[in-house]
Amino acid sequence: MSEIFGIPIQAFMGQLMLGLVSGSFYAMLSLGLAVIFGMLNIINFAHGALYMVGAFLAWFGLTYLGIGYWQALLAAPLAVGAFGVLIERSMLQWLYKLDHLYGLLLTFGLALVLEGLFTNVFGVSGQPYSIPDELSGAFNLGFMFLPKYRAWVIVASLSVCFATWFVIEKTRLGAYLRAATENPQLTQAFGINVPLMVMLTYGFGAALAGLAGVLAAPAIQVSSLMGSNLIIVVFAVVVIGGMGSIFGSIVTGLGLGVIEGLTKVFYAEASSTVVFIIMAIVLMFRPSGLFGRER
Amino acid sequence: MSGQRLSYLVLLALALALPFFVYPVLVMKVLCFALFACAFNLLLGYTGLLSFGHATFFGTAGYVAGHALKVWGLPTELGLLVGTGAALALGWLIGSLAIRRQGIYFAMITLALAQMMYFFFLQASFTGGEDGLQGVPRGTLLGVIDLADDLHLYYFVLAVFVFGFWLIYRTIHSPFGQILKAIRENEARAISLGYDVARYKLLVFVLSAGLAGLAGATKMLVFKFATLSDAHWHLSGEVVLMTLLGGMGTVFGPVVGSSVIVTLQNELADKVGSLVTVIMGSIFIVCVLLFRRGIVGEIAALYKRALGERA
Repeated sequence: MSEIFGIPIQAFMGQLMLGLVSGSFYAMLSLGLAVIFGMLNIINFAHGALYMVGAFLAWFGLTYLGIGYWQALLAAPLAVGAFGVLIERSMLQWLYKLDHLYGLLLTFGLALVLEGLFTNVFGVSGQPYSIPDELSGAFNLGFMFLPKYRAWVIVASLSVCFATWFVIEKTRLGAYLRAATENPQLTQAFGINVPLMVMLTYGFGAALAGLAGVLAAPAIQVSSLMGSNLIIVVFAVVVIGGMGSIFGSIVTGLGLGVIEGLTKVFYAEASSTVVFIIMAIVLMFRPSGLFGRER
Repeated sequence: MSGQRLSYLVLLALALALPFFVYPVLVMKVLCFALFACAFNLLLGYTGLLSFGHATFFGTAGYVAGHALKVWGLPTELGLLVGTGAALALGWLIGSLAIRRQGIYFAMITLALAQMMYFFFLQASFTGGEDGLQGVPRGTLLGVIDLADDLHLYYFVLAVFVFGFWLIYRTIHSPFGQILKAIRENEARAISLGYDVARYKLLVFVLSAGLAGLAGATKMLVFKFATLSDAHWHLSGEVVLMTLLGGMGTVFGPVVGSSVIVTLQNELADKVGSLVTVIMGSIFIVCVLLFRRGIVGEIAALYKRALGERA
């Protein structure tokens, strides 16, 4: 059996893959946060709750309605996105002229409501969601076994991240979006419906969180608390990476997931705190974040 | 001014008589959270800094004071001081990191660092992990007054609260407090006037953390245990809610807000279970959308309008 730094290569690669999986979730969620923050100037505390709702919709669909994984992959994000649009129209749109803090507080309240409702109905214990047949099993790579589902999560979420980057940076719609982020009044004066774009942006960010939730459902147990534990780590990821660049969010998310995974191999006690420690170090030496610009 | 002084005296007299009418432990709980919220308001209401991890100071002081009383066997007053000192030190550490960023990032950094402390408490052996630190003796005050008696303890807790409240009141109405307000209103202008804004922010952060710690250590003494929930982000959110509901940037707002929230939680806890979280979240949403001045802020605005009409 070959070893890396005295650790069996199988265990090392296994944790590396797990790290990449959680890194994919960090990347997707911090990307959504960054896109929403760019357009709405709101830090969406409810992002973790929306992720949880996405996972629950998939679980509920499979358990009670016979909706399979692949349909859920499309339906759940759409439903969460529609819910996001509803939130934006009914609440968030009244806050744009106020201090940023109110957006954080309102979405925090929203997160509490969602978490409390789901806890009340489903309890706090995890609900299992089985991996679809097509993705169960593992690839034998010779030096290790790679579970198919983990590979799928990484590929799928990176594709989604890349597609988002492409739309925002390379298409006309993305150009409107960037213009509206930079100067909403001027963009509106050019005849672009900025309030509509703001609404759809929040809906898209919410859908992204919902999609991450569906992807996560078979990988971890579905529970009402799965979102709040994750969102705080994602906040740290956002502080480390800065919200200025989409590419930066993706790289930072993946990188921190890998670091966290490898910490589990070498010093497991620190694995839940390592991201926060890195955040503290980054703040000491590069306060505006690795890819950030102060705004 | 004499009218104001009179109303403070009336309130103090009410507080002194209260334990004869209401269960003293509940009032003590309200007083501890009121001090916590007042300390938090010093940051959010008067300096414009939203710390989303303030429970970490509350919880840390509880654990350290509990450990000092139970394991080291220190006298009660010294144990509380050690707990408060730990919160001050942690406040200095977290504060000096968090003030490197502004606005929304400040909130996220404080939240993340507080979560780090939470994981630390979860794993450390001296906190008892999920079980918490239990069976902390209340001891005696200065070796004379037995604090095991709820009524004795009540007057001690009231004294702690009055001291904390007085300190915050003096801070707000001092030249230092005026500079804090200047930073809240326009940070760039405060800098251009030559104030070392970072130092003022750090100082007020440490002061607020210390007072939050004093509140946390006192609460630990009342209930004789310290648990993880005292350092959890839920509590950080609750203290924001208490301040927002009562009225941020008002002297009495946090006291009113914490009385409402603690009483509400106390009444609802065994009736609706986990729906308490839903209710708290809904109050948050309503406050932000319709009611941003808070209870005391709205009353003050009504009073001002009434005065204006008469004049």
